[in-house]
Amino acid sequence: MIDKKLELVTLTESQKKARRNRSAAIGVALAVLVVIFYAATIVKFGHTG
Amino acid sequence: MALVDDPMIDEAGFRMSEATAGDFFALLKPRVMSLVVFTAFVGMVAAPVTINPLIAMVAILAIAIGAGASGALNMWYDADIDAVMSRTASRPVPSGRILPGEALSFGLVLSVLSVMTLGVLVNWLSAALLAFTIFFYAVVYTMWLKRSTPQNIVIGGAAGAIPPVIGWAAVTGTVSLESLVLFLIIFLWTPPHFWALALFKSDDYAKAGIPMMPVIAGQASTRRQIFAYALILAPIGVLPWVLGFTTAFYGVASLALGIGFVWYAWKVLRMTDDDRAMKPAKALFAYSLLYLFAIFAIYLADCVVGRALAIGGA
Repeated sequence: MIDKKLELVTLTESQKKARRNRSAAIGVALAVLVVIFYAATIVKFGHTG
Repeated sequence: MALVDDPMIDEAGFRMSEATAGDFFALLKPRVMSLVVFTAFVGMVAAPVTINPLIAMVAILAIAIGAGASGALNMWYDADIDAVMSRTASRPVPSGRILPGEALSFGLVLSVLSVMTLGVLVNWLSAALLAFTIFFYAVVYTMWLKRSTPQNIVIGGAAGAIPPVIGWAAVTGTVSLESLVLFLIIFLWTPPHFWALALFKSDDYAKAGIPMMPVIAGQASTRRQIFAYALILAPIGVLPWVLGFTTAFYGVASLALGIGFVWYAWKVLRMTDDDRAMKPAKALFAYSLLYLFAIFAIYLADCVVGRALAIGGA
């Protein structure tokens, strides 16, 4: 087997911090959307009787 | 070489982003978005029927995100001219914090998300109007009109004027004369508002090659056109009362605000060509923001109080 040496990118502290910040924002946005879409779906389409 | 000097590009050529969530939020033009949200909200409240508060909140959120998406697309396309102007040079794309491709993807994804959300959860008329607004602002205004004609913000102003129509349509499923009058107020307010800014930023616009009215037609012609628009806007602002949509409270207040607008525009008209400080133009720009906010706030208050009194009297 050929031993391949992968070239890895090493992030600087500021890049890591920016990535954590973006990940947190995406997580919060997704959570909010899940709650809103769930609640709005119940309100809009929930009355089947 | 600029590529090598960029601290965000490593030796292997990868560009590692240092953009924060705040930079992406700035792409949405939050100040413009707040005006869009407010005028759309007034359109919703002015409608004679009501919808579930949660659906109303979803509608406002979708309209806000749609407006933000068109702002992101605008910043993607205009990065070259934004970099030249002092007012816009620090925006996320020209400053290099966000790549143009990232801004484009962000704008497109949010456009589709906002239109689909409004369509599925509210109604398809309001979704179609939102889609048209995004297209009109990003393609017709940004890509075509802005760089080709001094009437750019006159025609392009339609995009900023539609939100109350979308708000009304979200609640009623229709477009009516009431919402079209609100559209007309913002549409006629846009030229004097932006031309007042263009007067004291004309060097910036000229440097970027944007054919704003003062750059093409000159300061004197722009001042006359600002005054002409102020004379048209003042009576149109009173139109909701004349047509019987509001009480005399709105009528008197909007008349006073309109007279104020004409007064500030008159002071701009009297400015001389050698006035470098341009205080009257700056004063009109500030007053125009107050005018639009006040007109819509009074319209909102008139609707809410009128309805409360009607319920109390019933």
